[in-house]
Amino acid sequence: MTTTLPAYDEVVARYEPVIGLETHVELGTNTKMFCGCPTDFGGEPNTRVCPVCLGLPGSLPVANKAAIEAIIRIGLALNCSIAEWCRFARKNYFYPDMPKNFQISQYDEPICVDGYLDVEVGGETVRIEIERVHLEEDTGKTLHVGGATGRIHGATESLVDYNRAGIPLVEIVTKPIAGTGSLAPDVARAYVAELRDVIRTLGVSDVRMEEGSLRCDVNTSLNLPGQEWGTRTETKNVNSLRSVERAVRSEMLRQASVLDAGGRITQETRHFHEDTGDTTPGRSKETATDYRYFPEPDLVPIAPDPAWVAELKAALPELPRVHRRRLQQQWGLSDLDMQSVLNAGAVELIEATVAAGTTPAAARKWWLGELSRRANESGVELADIGATPKQVAELQGLVDAGKLNDKLARAVLEGVVDGEGSPTEIMTNRGLEVVSDTGALTAAVDEAIAANPGIADKIRSGKVAAAGALVGAVMKTTRGQADAKTVRELVLERLGVQG
Amino acid sequence: MAAISREEVAHLARLSRLAVTEEELDTFAGQLDVILQAVAQVGEVAAADIPPTSHSVPLTNIFREDVVTPCLTPEEVLSGAPDAEDQRFRVPRILTEDVAS
Ligand SMILES: [Zn+2]
Repeated sequence: MTTTLPAYDEVVARYEPVIGLETHVELGTNTKMFCGCPTDFGGEPNTRVCPVCLGLPGSLPVANKAAIEAIIRIGLALNCSIAEWCRFARKNYFYPDMPKNFQISQYDEPICVDGYLDVEVGGETVRIEIERVHLEEDTGKTLHVGGATGRIHGATESLVDYNRAGIPLVEIVTKPIAGTGSLAPDVARAYVAELRDVIRTLGVSDVRMEEGSLRCDVNTSLNLPGQEWGTRTETKNVNSLRSVERAVRSEMLRQASVLDAGGRITQETRHFHEDTGDTTPGRSKETATDYRYFPEPDLVPIAPDPAWVAELKAALPELPRVHRRRLQQQWGLSDLDMQSVLNAGAVELIEATVAAGTTPAAARKWWLGELSRRANESGVELADIGATPKQVAELQGLVDAGKLNDKLARAVLEGVVDGEGSPTEIMTNRGLEVVSDTGALTAAVDEAIAANPGIADKIRSGKVAAAGALVGAVMKTTRGQADAKTVRELVLERLGVQG
Repeated sequence: MAAISREEVAHLARLSRLAVTEEELDTFAGQLDVILQAVAQVGEVAAADIPPTSHSVPLTNIFREDVVTPCLTPEEVLSGAPDAEDQRFRVPRILTEDVAS
């Protein structure tokens, strides 16, 4: 199907988008939600399973206290009310990714409700309201075989590994987010980024989208101004921040083209494709939403002691927004400068570099300058560029000690990014150290003076600015490995001129 | 009036991927109706001051510590499986995609 999509500007001029996000976070507990099986990644198939997570007859689940504590802390960090009493529920469905034919989840009694998360978009604060945060268990991995594509279509059977079945999964659902207009894709992205940072700060999950410990479903609808909200679609498999933004945008464009042509939006699940950036419909399944929830009889209700909740609340760490504001102050940055640090994903990197002994200004210079440039060029996140805050601090230490000048430091940093070793190693191995041997430098300066008598005369007669030419000559003979300031002083000194 | 219709039984059978014949539908609808009517009598007894009961014991907050306990061996895990391949359960393909959350 090749329909021409309308331009984004036109779409947001005519329609108002409403979005909603459902985010799943795998908790980083040692054990699964209802049994003592380990949660670590990478085991051989079906080596992290026991009678409970296999749903064998006679086995009984018992809730993991650490997971309950983690979700309460997430709820508190998202300004939610914590239920005084709630139950788990069985979500019944026929699919082999759960061996029990049901998933233990929460239905009409989530443990955390009615919260919010403030996010910054384009210099403005947008309050995202949180509908609910609940606990459930992750599913096993099914591998479809017999078909040509590895997808379910054409597959003749499925192979199932239950290692992930039963890992505690937290689902965070926003209320519908309306009124963000053209910023809707950015709001969606900013929300997921902020949520990720909050959860990482709490230390309850490693929240790595690419590894699937944070996954996102995005709901999108369009309506004409002043009219009722439109029919929404749910886009699944959105597994990076960039994809969250792209998924909302592409779904807005697609829906607008359908509506423009007088069509109607079908309420359906759609799949996001990282490669093309667009969505395709999933199978429609009118009966699948009939999950026949009922209270889980094998697990007793949860009634968090208010004193315990108060204790957890008091012990919450400084949350990212507050933390960032404090750093901005400490680093003496304007809102705009802080925004560029944020956009570059450099807050934690600069913070760690400063902690390793570098000034904020120098740390920011390297991360937003040379390293951001390299990251952009190679299309990777700044954090994955290959240089660590410690290495950057070491590099700046060499600059401060006069062993590297700016140009040499850049060359050393290139080496660090290319994995050649630590800054000191690279400096030594590649012979990039600033020539600090005054004897050698003086010889080079004398040579330059002898080779440029005209310029030397100018300088002697007071035209100090002409010294630059001689400094350049010396820098050339020392292959850039001299400190320009020292060379300049030497030139003036040898010519008997005051600097 | 019947507590469960024939259509509802057919729907439940479809959700459970059970192939039920027309005759069986009649049989099960009749049997389930008797069971549901019997259970419904409890509802007649329950007054407004009796909250719905989901658990037979008045317990809350039964938790376990986050401590790893031994797992089964893959041989034990798959010993009850009708079929297995590559140390995984082998099951017929299921037509519905992405049913789980
Ligand atoms: Zn287990």
